[in-house]
Amino acid sequence: MAYLELQELHRSFGSHIALNGINISLDQGEFISLLGPSGCGKTTALRLVAGFDRPDHGRIVVEGRDVTGVAPNKRDMGMVFQAYSLFPNMTAKQNVEFGLKIRGREKGQRRGRVDELLELVGLGHAADRYPFQLSGGMQQRVALARALAIEPRVLLLDEPLSALDAKVRVQLREEIRRIQLELGITTLYVTHDQEEALAISDKVAVMYGGVIEQMGTPLDMYTAPLTPFVAEFIGTMNRLESTVVDGTTGEIDHDGKRIRVDAARGRSQGERVLVLVRPESLELAASNGTAANGNTLAGEVITHTFLGPVTRLKVTGGLIADMSTARASALPVGSSVVATVPTEGVQVISLPDDAPTLAGRDPDDQ
Amino acid sequence: MSVSAMVWLLLTALYFLVPLIATFLFSLRKVTTNACCSLAAYGFVLHNGDFWHTLRVSFVLALEVIVICLILFVPTIYWVHLKLPKLRPLIAFLALIPFVVPPIVMVVGILKVFKGTPSWFYDQPNGILAATYVILAFPYMFFSLDAGFRSIDVHTLTEASQSLGASWPTTLLKVILPNIRAAALAGSFLALAIVMGEFTIANLAQFHTFPIFLQYVNETQPYGAAALTLISFGITWGAMLSLLLIGRKRGGQLPLAAGRR
Repeated sequence: MAYLELQELHRSFGSHIALNGINISLDQGEFISLLGPSGCGKTTALRLVAGFDRPDHGRIVVEGRDVTGVAPNKRDMGMVFQAYSLFPNMTAKQNVEFGLKIRGREKGQRRGRVDELLELVGLGHAADRYPFQLSGGMQQRVALARALAIEPRVLLLDEPLSALDAKVRVQLREEIRRIQLELGITTLYVTHDQEEALAISDKVAVMYGGVIEQMGTPLDMYTAPLTPFVAEFIGTMNRLESTVVDGTTGEIDHDGKRIRVDAARGRSQGERVLVLVRPESLELAASNGTAANGNTLAGEVITHTFLGPVTRLKVTGGLIADMSTARASALPVGSSVVATVPTEGVQVISLPDDAPTLAGRDPDDQ
Repeated sequence: MSVSAMVWLLLTALYFLVPLIATFLFSLRKVTTNACCSLAAYGFVLHNGDFWHTLRVSFVLALEVIVICLILFVPTIYWVHLKLPKLRPLIAFLALIPFVVPPIVMVVGILKVFKGTPSWFYDQPNGILAATYVILAFPYMFFSLDAGFRSIDVHTLTEASQSLGASWPTTLLKVILPNIRAAALAGSFLALAIVMGEFTIANLAQFHTFPIFLQYVNETQPYGAAALTLISFGITWGAMLSLLLIGRKRGGQLPLAAGRR
């Protein structure tokens, strides 16, 4: 039996449907991230679990017990917020101690637990500082310690790193994962940062328009996206809108150019498909002046973007390729290139007319 | 500090200090000769039973008004900020009414409306007068508290407190109130100042409060009135300082403007 279950959760705000029947199950000790753009319903889902809002339909079940109607202060769920949420009138120590005081723990026990948790988040030396004396990263660490102090059944994190600078974000996300594994606490994490979600989660649920588009391990989400939206949201992807020419050989037509991909085999002739190729899978080489042949697409380099060990090249026809910086220097902007599409390791998905894509998404936040 | 800043500071100081110094010098004159210097006017005030009686009445009244205002307005404004933000403009509008309605109109209306209520309410300054002063203090208390609530992230602090197991009263008393302390103190100072200085309503409702005594002395003992003015000035400032110190002590060592980062 799952430890935490979100069953058919629906929530609307006026005419806006924030959640349209989502189902998520977390095993004990599991770390699941709700990932999606602004307005996809991920924070709404988290707030329903925390008890700050009530679903229109559906249930939230923890350890087999329906907690949908239980007040937030009776749910035993620790939460770390996006905004700095430490109580300004209390020191770091008093903040962490607050939940234990509410629970009537005796002073000695409280102090021991507070010291232990502040050490766990690396802030034993800052116990007597007030929030205004702490940096943003330190405040979020204290907030994490405070949420963990009450030994919650579930830890909820609502974009806790979004207000921090890039370096601190990476450090802190690794610490969150380390602490989560150390304590074995069931965790639901909300983020719009796909890199963050992939880096620390056991599973990722990509949400769009109030529904879960796909849920799976970070590797599954990256290598085998099931919808165009997921394919675009997780990492960068070349999208080749094509038509199946021959389902037996896997031959497809993309902008009049015939190429072959194994994943198109078994599809019916004339079917519209989206061929998804990761930038690192696309092989670029200088064109020798002749027309592209084989499994290749011809183009011209438009831009170089230096990303450290790799350089990202944009090529006419909407292609993106990542290659080592050393090799990329041999293909300057304006040079003619051919891009080889691998026959294997390429994802092909059907292209329904109404499939959501990042380009067409609703920018409204929730 | 630049010269112009010093000049402005000096002018401002003179603006406040000159009337006080003049009042003080006036209060030192002898009743019989009009010459300087005698503390007789102060003796007259301090040995007057009515002074201590009316002072006590007004102070008790002020404390009562402050307590009622805080009990009424802190939870109300908190709830408006948290759950009913659309009501805020309406409440702000209502808070302006005491400024618009002249005190004489207000007191006539209130006395008429409450005529026939029990004598422990209608005939006592701690009843009907306190209720009227709460209305007078409403705008000052509302705008002070409103500014306080705007300076903190009410939603996040409330949700953080609740997620840690705190009930609504605990959240209000342990988390919210300490963080709007400066605003609550400011509102309380203003309420205190109103009660210690309000004359029209107390006079028309025929209650013997400190400002009524002050007016009586002013009519009969000019030097005593000057001494009384300075004494009441000192007492009011002393009371405000006490409130400030109490507020600081309860709020820990934080600066008064503890708010969102």
